[in-house]
Amino acid sequence: MNRHSIGAGNLVAGAQDAVLSLPNLAFVWEALAAVPDPEVPVVSIVELGLVRDVEWHERELIVRLTTTYSGCPAADTIRTLIREQLTAIGVANVKLVAQLAPAWSTDWIAPEARSKLRAFGIAPPHLTAKRVDVTGISPLRRANVVVPCPLCGSSCTSLLSQFGSTACKAQYRCDACREPFDYFKPH
Amino acid sequence: MPPRDAELFEYLLRLGDTDVVLAQRLGERIGHGPILEEDIAMANVGLDLLGQGRLWLGYAGEVEARFSGTGRTDDQLAFLRDGSGFRNLLLAEQPNGDFARTMARQFYFDAWHQLLLRALSSSVDARIAEIAAKAVKEATYHTERSAGWVVRLGDGTDESHARMQRALDELWMFTGEMFAADPLEQELARARIAVDVRLLREPWLATICSVLAEATLSLPQGEWMQGAGMRGGKQGVHTEHLGHLLTEMQFLQRAYPGAVW
Repeated sequence: MNRHSIGAGNLVAGAQDAVLSLPNLAFVWEALAAVPDPEVPVVSIVELGLVRDVEWHERELIVRLTTTYSGCPAADTIRTLIREQLTAIGVANVKLVAQLAPAWSTDWIAPEARSKLRAFGIAPPHLTAKRVDVTGISPLRRANVVVPCPLCGSSCTSLLSQFGSTACKAQYRCDACREPFDYFKPH
Repeated sequence: MPPRDAELFEYLLRLGDTDVVLAQRLGERIGHGPILEEDIAMANVGLDLLGQGRLWLGYAGEVEARFSGTGRTDDQLAFLRDGSGFRNLLLAEQPNGDFARTMARQFYFDAWHQLLLRALSSSVDARIAEIAAKAVKEATYHTERSAGWVVRLGDGTDESHARMQRALDELWMFTGEMFAADPLEQELARARIAVDVRLLREPWLATICSVLAEATLSLPQGEWMQGAGMRGGKQGVHTEHLGHLLTEMQFLQRAYPGAVW
C-alpha cells in the first residue's frame, strides 16, 4: 500500500505539532488529494469529487464521502486508503460518513483531472447537460455526442458497449487508429 | 409511530429484495454472455442493482431496529431469510433463459424502475428520496441499454425477432404486479412516503409501446393473471424459481453461518 501514500512523507513534517494542535483543514485536503482512486489511479479521490466535506468535530475529523455508483466495488478500498493516509499525517481519530445526496456527478470531476484521464487513455466525460434530457418519460436514446479518441484525437469513434472495465466507463473504438478505449460516462 | 415503521420496513424489503434478486440473476450470466462486452455489461448492471439493494436493505434494518429493538444488517436480510420472507417482484426472479429473455426481462423492469425511482426521489422520507435520486441516474442508463437491445434483436434477423417476441410474450404476465398496489402500499403512498404504482402503468406502457414499435415487435396481449395484486412476490408468494436462486445465493451463509471476509 506504500504507493498509495505518495507524498505522505513530506506531509508528516508539516504535521509535527499535531499532538498539540490539530492539522488545519487545508493540510488535510492536501493529504487527501494524494490518495489515488483505486480503479483510475491517475486521478485522486478529491479530483473525482468523492470527498464532499472535511471538518473537525472536537478532536475527531469528519470526512463526508460519496460513491460514484451505488455498487462501486472500490468503495471499501477507498475508505481504507483514506484512513491510511490520514494516519500517516497523524490523524487517527477519523469518522467516515457516507453521503448520498446530492448524488455524485461526473460534472464534479476537476478540470485538471480531465486532461489526466485523457493522457491515461480514457476519454473524459462530457458535461451531463450535453446528454439527452434524462428527466423525461422515455429517454431511451443517447445524445449524439462525439467522443474524441484520447490516443490520436480523431472524432471518428464508435460505441462498442455501454459498459467498460468498470461501472463508470463505456467501451469505444477509434475508427481512425483502430485502438479500443474507455470513455468515462457522463453521469 | 410504530405501525408506520413496520409498514415502512416491509416496503423497503420490496424495493431491496427486487434489486438483490435481479442482481443475482444477472450475476449468473457472468461467463455466459453472448459476447464479452455484454457479459461485462450485465455484470455491471447487476452491480448497480446490488448497490441499490444494499442501500434499501441497510435502511430497512435501521427501521426494523426502531420498532423491534434489533435490526438486521443488509447481509443478514439477504442471506438468512427463506424464500417466503422475500418481497421481490416475480419478474425479477424469472430465469435468464436465452439472451433475448434476459434483455426482455430487463427492459420491462428498467422502464418501470426508472419511473418508480424518479417518483420516489420526491418521497417525504428523506432517506428514500436520497437513495432514489442516486439510483435513478443508474436506472436511466440501464433503460437506454436494454431498450437498445430490444430494438436490435426485434429489428434484427428472423431468428432474433422471433426469440425477442417470444420472450416478451412469456414474461408479460409478470408485469402486472409492478402496478398492483396492496393496502400497505396505498397507505404509504397516501402518506407520500411511497409511490402509488398504479399511476406508473400509463407512462410505462407508453415507453414499452414506442420501443416495441421501433423494434417491429407486437405488444403482448392479455391481462396479468394475478392482476388483483394481493398474492404475489411482494406478499411473499413466489414462483418455484426463487428457491433455486436462493440455494445458490445463500449457500455460503447457510453452510458457514456468520462467516465474514
